[in-house]
Amino acid sequence: MKVARWTRTSRLFTGGTVVVAVLLASVPLVFDPDVVQKLTTLLILVLLAAMWNALAGYGGLLSVGQQAFIGIGAYGTVFFANNGVTPYLAMLFATVLAGVISLPISLFALRLRAAQFAIGMWVIAEVISILVRLDKNLGAGTGISLIQLNQYLPNFRQAYTFWLALAFAIVFIAALFFLLRSPLGTSLQAIRDDEDAARSLGVHVAARKRLLFVLAGFGCGAAGVLIVANTLFIEPGSVFSVQWSAYMIFMVLVGGLGTFEGPILGAIILFAILQTTVSQGGPWYLVGLGTTAALFALLLPRGLWGTIEARLGLRLLPVGYRVVEAKRAEPA
Amino acid sequence: MSVANAILQGVFLGAFYAVLACGLSIMFGVMRIINLAHGDLAVLGAYITFVIVDRLGLSPFVAFLIALPVMIALGYLLHLTILERSLRSGILTPLLATFGLSIVVQNLLLIIFSPDVHSLGRSAGSLTTASWQVASGLSVSALGILVLVVAVLVFGALQLVLSRTRLGWTMRATAEDAEAAELVGINSRGTYAWATALAVAIAALGGLFLGIRSVFDPVSGPTQLIFAFEAVVIGGMGSLWGTLLGGIALGVAQTLGAQLNPEFAVISGHLLFLVVLIARFGGGRMVLRVAR
Repeated sequence: MKVARWTRTSRLFTGGTVVVAVLLASVPLVFDPDVVQKLTTLLILVLLAAMWNALAGYGGLLSVGQQAFIGIGAYGTVFFANNGVTPYLAMLFATVLAGVISLPISLFALRLRAAQFAIGMWVIAEVISILVRLDKNLGAGTGISLIQLNQYLPNFRQAYTFWLALAFAIVFIAALFFLLRSPLGTSLQAIRDDEDAARSLGVHVAARKRLLFVLAGFGCGAAGVLIVANTLFIEPGSVFSVQWSAYMIFMVLVGGLGTFEGPILGAIILFAILQTTVSQGGPWYLVGLGTTAALFALLLPRGLWGTIEARLGLRLLPVGYRVVEAKRAEPA
Repeated sequence: MSVANAILQGVFLGAFYAVLACGLSIMFGVMRIINLAHGDLAVLGAYITFVIVDRLGLSPFVAFLIALPVMIALGYLLHLTILERSLRSGILTPLLATFGLSIVVQNLLLIIFSPDVHSLGRSAGSLTTASWQVASGLSVSALGILVLVVAVLVFGALQLVLSRTRLGWTMRATAEDAEAAELVGINSRGTYAWATALAVAIAALGGLFLGIRSVFDPVSGPTQLIFAFEAVVIGGMGSLWGTLLGGIALGVAQTLGAQLNPEFAVISGHLLFLVVLIARFGGGRMVLRVAR
């Protein structure tokens, strides 16, 4: 017996991923700005789903308050841009800001368990949202535009934002990928499977969770940055909305909680739904999203990808280990 | 004097939060789960009461009595259909399932009743406007007194149920150790279902007060859930009377914050909640406790 990480499928698929990334990078050169804008939205959803899954799927941390970091990223961008930083540099600063703020929040939030953590994070998001509303310089409750982006021509602006979204998505998902493949990742997957057992085997559960929390803080901050870059206008009511958490939960549950590829599939599904006319038809599609999320949580907790993976033994990206039968040496 | 008045109004406001929080506290105490749709169920109760008031021209209090059996049945079914299954599969599943339910309830209300705000205040008559000046700058409203009295009665009645009745005993036994309770012949499934039914019924009472005190719309639920959860945590999770005190502490924090600046009301409640959460994390056994 020996332990292998790569399978033929995962080799092919990892290679394929690189090809897809290169193809995606050329999208703004080929397609119209509105297509580019839509694909930017897709990348934002992929990033959000991957980050929420890092928290809930691997850390067992169900947050209903990741919109706090989305908001910090979005408003941070406007803040830095208003203080004379070049827009795209302001976006990097704001991403870092969200990640840095997630550290002190983690000191407090990670002491909480299950529902306390979920609602504690929600309250933190509410507090930050209220603080933004109290600040006249950030447009108070009525919202604010990222006017500095108007210095770029719309086509270029859309292309730059798309490339930034692609870069963020690749960087954060790759960070999660390499994290999960490292020895650290083995302990993370152990926490996912059984937190108490992992602790009893000497895994530093708290430190591992902090790592995931800060990664998700950075990632959700990056998503917030992209949201303001993509729409050019934000208001506290929408950017701090708990609806983001609803989207993240839907994507991860449908795709597959605690699987690496599942949330990406979930993001593509949500993106497809958002493109249909149903989603413009008002609250019915939200009823559908809520019902689907609840049904998946109850009946198919591993999501679509987890189920496919279990049925077919398929693994596209090698984040786990598998035991394979070694060829027996012929006796001499 | 204005500070004294703020505290007094905070107590009345807090009694309302305590009623909202009561059901959350029961469910957490008995089943160790937090129902993220709790606030939406309170708002649903307000809407059902509103429909009865609207169609039959009854007082909201009478209408609420008609709505009550509906809410009890909904609570019972909620356990049998969603919560029971979610309890079997890890600590995150009940949160995920009830979060989904919350979105469904909000948007169904949005479809049926439009985003307009509704109120039960006008149909409640003079009750919502009557108030007395007890001292200079210190006023007491009839509604405030009513909510406070009802809150104390609800918590007192629960105390009696939990300490004197068979249902109360089974609830406490199941809360302590569901498997051991099963061994001595307690049906934990039924006990949980009744606990949920009780919780949803009291949530609907919170919805009634919400509707009479102010206005509600289909997306009012999450805010009510947050306030209710804050009251439960401030009072100590699993402690029934603690929830009443926690609600009052939250109410007073909000009115005192509003005294500084009306925009600080909600955030001062949040800050009290976060401070308490830091101070008492991990403490206590968090099983349903009542006074002996």
